[in-house]
Amino acid sequence: MGDMIKGNHALAEAAVRFGARLYAGYPITPSTEIMEYISWRMPEVGGAFIQAESEIAGINMVIGGAACGIRSFTASSGPGISLKQEGITQLYDEELAAVIINVVRYGNGIGTLYTAQCDYLRETRGGGNGDYRAIVLCPESIQEAVDLLGEAFDLSEKYRTVAVLMTEGALGQMMEPCTLPDFIEPKKNPWGFDGKYSYKKIGIFDRDSMKEAVLINEKHDAIKANEQRWEAVDVEDADYVFVSFGLPGRSTKGAVKALREAGHKVGIIRVISAWPFPEKAFDAVNPDVKGFVTVESNATGQLVEDVALTVKKSYAQNKPVYCLPYVYGIPSTSAIQDDYNRLLAGEIKEAF
Amino acid sequence: MAKSRKIPEIAQKTSTFCPGCGHGIAIRLITECLEELGQDKNVMFGIGVGCSSLLGGVLDTDRLHCLHGRASAVCTGMKRVSPDQMVISYQGDGDAYSIGLAETTSAAYRNENFTVFVINNTNFGMTGGQMSTTTLPGQKTTTTVHGRDCTKTGSPIKFPELVSSQFEAAYVARGAVTTPAEINKSKKYVKEALTAQLNGEGYSVVEILSPCPTNWGMTPKQSMDHIMTSVVEHFPLGEFKTREAK
Repeated sequence: MGDMIKGNHALAEAAVRFGARLYAGYPITPSTEIMEYISWRMPEVGGAFIQAESEIAGINMVIGGAACGIRSFTASSGPGISLKQEGITQLYDEELAAVIINVVRYGNGIGTLYTAQCDYLRETRGGGNGDYRAIVLCPESIQEAVDLLGEAFDLSEKYRTVAVLMTEGALGQMMEPCTLPDFIEPKKNPWGFDGKYSYKKIGIFDRDSMKEAVLINEKHDAIKANEQRWEAVDVEDADYVFVSFGLPGRSTKGAVKALREAGHKVGIIRVISAWPFPEKAFDAVNPDVKGFVTVESNATGQLVEDVALTVKKSYAQNKPVYCLPYVYGIPSTSAIQDDYNRLLAGEIKEAF
Repeated sequence: MAKSRKIPEIAQKTSTFCPGCGHGIAIRLITECLEELGQDKNVMFGIGVGCSSLLGGVLDTDRLHCLHGRASAVCTGMKRVSPDQMVISYQGDGDAYSIGLAETTSAAYRNENFTVFVINNTNFGMTGGQMSTTTLPGQKTTTTVHGRDCTKTGSPIKFPELVSSQFEAAYVARGAVTTPAEINKSKKYVKEALTAQLNGEGYSVVEILSPCPTNWGMTPKQSMDHIMTSVVEHFPLGEFKTREAK
């Protein structure tokens, strides 16, 4: 077990160790400690740190670094990630590899500083204009955040796409023991610009969108087939299966343990890859399960949509899907247990 | 003379600019200078949105079609991780000075060591001739049908003057592609700008006044004359910041 470290600092140090050599961004709570740390750390390893004039400029600087085949990343939150969307869809369109860290905070518009999971649908549906998806990984701990950051860099290069590490405000601000990764040698990806035009491109107006659509679907299918990630606990005999992710997922695991001890046959699927959504996780669930319950830190219920779609695909008969949206924060295990009992008492109606 | 007419190796493809457009001359000057400096196989472009997009089909070099206005941010990223390669932003006035004013200005402010070429034709060409921040007072465009009213829209923006007077840039100039004499001067400006980058002296920008016969409703000849009689009154030609003697 490693030393205690703050979540945002752990991600910044880990990114350097994973070979990232360009960071560009703009301060925004609760993500700012990532760029503060990187501002002095990146020059130590000969990398580029740029405090951009805006989130828009920051993501476009990441495009520049990624275009040169260098591991490049940025971090932000809420409205900052909104501003970055034009660049994220551009990264996807140019088949550039880059990592975006979203330290999610609650709210629409300017929003709040509360830890939350309100960006689930935005992240998992691409977010910018067009017709694309980014890989979205959701950690429940600082250690997992660090480990998934490494996977995010690897996957973004393997599939030449954008990978989003969707953490939460609390995960960025809290401290936990964490073992940091070993240093890997930074590399320059072969598609990166070298000034010699080694990697050929077709003209902007010579592209064939019909052919590209086939390739987009092939890429998405490969990611869906190979990169689903989840943690499942006690789902094989469960009457009800919780589905959650991130810190609320960690809390729900605690609730499942307590409910089991109280005699309830419950389990949990903790989603780690929000996209591709871990449909395969549902294969192990009790065929006679009575229903699914999402635990999410947002106002309207977002994860519940993916669960409902997966349940529709997985079962011939209707299985009710409930949603427990806790708006912001991290629901306590006792709150989840109480709401589960209300659900059993018929006080909470299914969402789907 | 034979040598001067040789088309640079990296710009041999046919372009699709309108008849009488000045972009082709500007691209020719830039690629000639790159070749003469021995940097034509050591260069990457950030290409703007608008008519400058058409450059993408012309060049046989590393190039990225940047989002509207963001070329200076992309070029910042490129240059920071590729300090040994030449990095060039190629944009129009609408791209660089309207939607991209923050990125263009901030790169100059930071004194990033790359070169910006802004082809100023005083309107948004690709979208059919709307007002840009460089549109002349009284100039008719599709969004200023009675002529630009500067009391409501501001006056033509003078980016080279801004950069040379306020920032620590290495080289700043404005040229035109109207006459052989002006083209020769513009080529010198382009070469100075690229040399400044090559030597790591800092930010360089050359604005190039260029005709837009299609949207100006003029013949190519009338457009060239219009630049030298009217446009230069608002956008004086010359060097605003010369390279410091080394």
